[in-house]
This record gives sequence, structure tokens and C-alpha cells, in this order.
Amino acid sequence: MAILVDRDTRLLVQGITGREGSFHTARCIEYGTKVVAGVTPGRGGQTFGDSVPVFDTVGAAADETGANVSLVFVPPAFAADAIAEAVDAGIETVVCITEGIPVQDTVRVVDYASRSEATLVGPNCPGIISPGEGAKVGIMPGHVYAPGRVGVVSRSGTLTYEAVGQLTPIGIGQSTCVGIGGDPVSGSGFVEILSMFEADPGTDLIVLIGEIGGTKEQEAAEFISSEVTKPVVALVVGRSAPPGRRMGHAGAIITGSAGRASEKVRALERAGAVTVPTPADIGVTTREVLSCQ
Amino acid sequence: MVKAQVHAGGRGKAGGVRVVASGDDAARAAGEMLSTSLVTAQTGPAGVPVGAVLVEEVIDIARELYLAVLVDGGRKRPIVMASQAGGVDIESVAEETPEKILVEEIDPALGLMPFQSRKLAAGLGLDGASSRKFASVVAAVQRAFAAGDCSMVEINPLVISADGSVVAADAKVSIDDDALFRQPELGEQYDPTQDPSVEVAAREHGLSYVKLDGDVGCLVNGAGLAMATMDVAVAAGAEPANFLDVGGGADEGKVEEAMVMLISDPAVTRVLINIFGGILRCDVVARGILRAADRVGDRVPPMVVRMLGTNADEGRRILSGADLPVTLVDDLGAAAAAIRELG
Repeated sequence: MAILVDRDTRLLVQGITGREGSFHTARCIEYGTKVVAGVTPGRGGQTFGDSVPVFDTVGAAADETGANVSLVFVPPAFAADAIAEAVDAGIETVVCITEGIPVQDTVRVVDYASRSEATLVGPNCPGIISPGEGAKVGIMPGHVYAPGRVGVVSRSGTLTYEAVGQLTPIGIGQSTCVGIGGDPVSGSGFVEILSMFEADPGTDLIVLIGEIGGTKEQEAAEFISSEVTKPVVALVVGRSAPPGRRMGHAGAIITGSAGRASEKVRALERAGAVTVPTPADIGVTTREVLSCQ
Repeated sequence: MVKAQVHAGGRGKAGGVRVVASGDDAARAAGEMLSTSLVTAQTGPAGVPVGAVLVEEVIDIARELYLAVLVDGGRKRPIVMASQAGGVDIESVAEETPEKILVEEIDPALGLMPFQSRKLAAGLGLDGASSRKFASVVAAVQRAFAAGDCSMVEINPLVISADGSVVAADAKVSIDDDALFRQPELGEQYDPTQDPSVEVAAREHGLSYVKLDGDVGCLVNGAGLAMATMDVAVAAGAEPANFLDVGGGADEGKVEEAMVMLISDPAVTRVLINIFGGILRCDVVARGILRAADRVGDRVPPMVVRMLGTNADEGRRILSGADLPVTLVDDLGAAAAAIRELG
């Protein structure tokens, strides 16, 4: 079992003919993901690789191929439009990789998605992978992941690879790993993903990776204390970041005391999560918590 | 009244706002401000140069309010924030007396509605003409926020003068960097003197760099991993000298520039490099480091290097074959230990 993407996922890639889109689509196919369609306006009728038909619109692609998940690689100026098109076409899960979408565009499209049945993950995220299901919907390096029963949810890309890179070698595989993205406004947050992991019979423990800025970790903490029965192992990075300075991610800027790593760690600990002392200890801490179960 | 114009808050406490009694006093205050850098709680120890001052009349203040429109990440939409406690640090108001802060959410589909401004005015205890003037200021601020792709427009204080007029006595506007492609006129107002020169240079090379106070230079790919690497330095009992994300699409030249920038910082006495190779190959990083070392000559500080992922073995071979003070480590725990040893 897994959440959001699995062996039944029929993936559509928006921006499949672009440089990033084509590179990563090939990696997703290699991993075993069923890529059934691509969309690039003006390129309808072409074929990507040997067998993936390209359409002009998401609606046509979904009708003909039964695509139910979309992966968006469209450039920032057009990405909100692409997300809205996927939501409008009835795609169940929309995953947006694009970094650098103007925040006011994101606000509008996140609002639009929230009034539909669709689940939006991202933007500015590495995507979703369910190793046991052979489903990789994103840009993460597939080889570091292994099938298992730990769910991972994170605001970061490479830091998630680091976390998984500590878990896999000590025999701790993953059910699904979800990157919710590094932007201040995004679709699904920690809360939505935690709730899916809580309901997933294939997940025994959840690793949550947060960072400075905003209040996403505090919202997660509140939800953990009232709704999550599974153990949560949490890491918050950016302890040494000064206030008011953006640490790469648009959302990683401390604008109030709630944005500090120490406040987030305190909230998560109070909620019953086990926090990881330093980024070097993700694997060992997870193993300890699992052995207590 | 003379106010230093800088891209940082906390000006008043730092001596960047002065009330003067005469034209001569104003000239003297302006001259002093323009010849110095202003160090506030938000600027770091070097401060920022004052390139302009604003001279304005002292208003006969009846009340000082706070008004801002900003994107609220938690609510996933813009909000209007208003408070009776204007003229002071809004953060401390939020912490000490949160009931004094009024919030109206702006529905992304509906936009700001007039009743919301009336509600805020009533909540602030405004009535009659002041209430109407306040509502039109709220609407104007919201229009500026939307039209300029701002992440925040803050007016603090919004003054109600003794004669009942509403005056924006000070403003801070943050433009969304990601929207500058469609806001060219606003982009042109970017003032590089307000950022540390090394950060301006980094921006030109497409690198994300923030100068910090410690001595461990950090070079990493990915923002989250970069923050984690800084925390590793802290766990080793040290402090990071910088945040530096070379990004996923870096090439040899970009890594070279990043590395030169890092070791040109006189505060850096040791370097921690952490690369999780994906699209960015570790051998490319290693070659970039060698090129940088060639360029700077003798003053290459000792480096602790952790490489994982695409072509990591080749990257490690390149570095260990070069005549450089490199310690190769396998994981973050070993990286912390090696950094501690260099301390």
C-alpha cells in the first residue's frame, strides 16, 4: 500500500517536450511508472519516446488515455495555467515541480484546486514516489529509495534524498515519500499528507522534515497531537539561520518568532513527535523509534 | 523629521529616524545619515549604506495605526492586517497582545470587499470621515499589492492626525522576486548597494548565497540540504560562514564561481562541501572545485567533502588525486567530526 501514487497510477506529463520534462519523464518510465500521455500545446499528435502520445490539451489526453495523475514541468509564467487546466480536466492528483511561480498566481490556483476534488502537491517540490509500487512521479533519484513501511513528508528536495539515503542502507524502506515544496503557499501541506499516511495500512511510521519560516510545522504539530496515532519522527533544519534572510526556498525566511527552528521543534515535541537532534541522525532516530513499537 | 531610506526594518531604534527643529538641523542630520552605514537588527553587523533620506513634516498625531496587506502562507491567501498599536514593532504586538491585531482574509476569487474595510475601521474605533478615509486607504493598498505583485505592503504607522486626516507616515513594500519578469519597472528599482556585494555577485551567477557570521564555509546543492549542512556545522560546535545553494542545474563554471566566492571570504577558515548528486554530477563539482583552487592559489582552507549519488566515486577520486587539503567523509556524522577536528 501507499498514498497518492501506486501501480495503478496513469501518469500524464505537462511540458513533456521541454528539456526538464523530457529528461525526467524518461527517468519515471525507467523506474516503472506508467506514463500514458504528455501535453504540450501545439505539439499534439507527436509521440514522446517510443510510445507516449502527446496532446494539445489535458482534457483530450485524459479522455483518451484515462490519465489520473499529472506531473507539471511547465515554466513559471505558465505553470498556474497548467495546474488549473489539469484540475479542470478532472485529474485526481496534480504534482507541480516548477520553481519560481509568482506567489499571487499560486494563491489563485491553490484556491481553485481547493474547491475541486483534486489534490495538488507543490509547486516547487521534488514530487512523489512509492517504491514498492514502482511509481515515481517526480525528479528524485529513484535508486536511493527502497520498498518499506515508513512514510516521508518534506518541504525540501535534496534533504529528503539525504533522509532516505540514511534510511535505506539500514534496512528501513519507504511506503511513499512526498515533497510538499519550499514555497510559502502550496497545495497539500503536512496536515493533508499526515492524514493520508495515518489512514494508509502500508505505513507504520512517518518521518516529517521541516524547515524555518512560516507555521507549517506548528499546524502539523497540532494535527499530530489530535489525529495521528502512528509514531512521527521529525527534523527541522535552519537552526543557524538569522531572521529576515531568505535561505534559498521562497518560504524559508524567519519573519516572526514562530518561524524559528527552535519554536517548531518545541511544538512538534509537545505534540508527541520524536525530534531528530541533528541532520546526521535521521536514520538512527527512526530505527530507535521503530524498535520501540 | 529626517528618515534614512534603506531596505531594512528596525530603523527607528538604530538612529535612522530623527526629529529636528530647523532647516540647519535637518541638513546636519541628513549629512550624518548619508555619510554612514545604518546598522539595524535586520542588517547584520556591516549595516547598509544610506543612499537617500526622506525629509517630511512632523504630523500632529492623534493616533498611530498599523495596516498591511501580505500573503499569509498558513491561510494560503492574502490578508489585511490592522492594529490600533501602530508605530511599534508589530511582531511584539502579535506576541504580547494578539487581540490587538485584526485580520481580514482576501478571498482569491472575490477580492477585497468594501464591507471588510468598514469592519476593520469599526474594529479600530474609527468613525465618520476617518472611517471612510481609512477604507479608501485599505482599498488603495490592496490595489498596489495586487498590481505590483507584492508579497507585502506595510504602512506603519498609518497616522490619524489631529485634524482627522489619514496619512501613510511610513511604508515598506516587498516585491515577489518570482514576479519580476512581469514587473520590469519595479525590477529596475533594485538597489544593489542595499545587499552585501558578495550576495549581489552571487545573484549574478545564479547562486543563492547568504553571508553569515561564522567561519565554516558551506557549499551545498539544494536549499534544504544547505540548511541541514549549516546545522551540521553547528552540531560540530562551529558556526556557518554562509548559506550557499549551487542549485540542481550547476555546471563546472558555476561551482568554480561559488567556490571562489566562498574561499575569498576572509572569515572562512574551513570548508564543508556536501553534494547529493542527481542531475548535478559529483565529478562536475570536483572539477569546479579544482578550477577555483587554481584561481585562488595558496589560500585554500582545509576542506571536508561529502559526496553521494551520481558519479560520486569519480568526484572523490578527482579531489583525492589533487594536491589539496581535502578530507573525504561518507556521512554527515563524519562530516561534523572532521569539521570539529579542524577547529
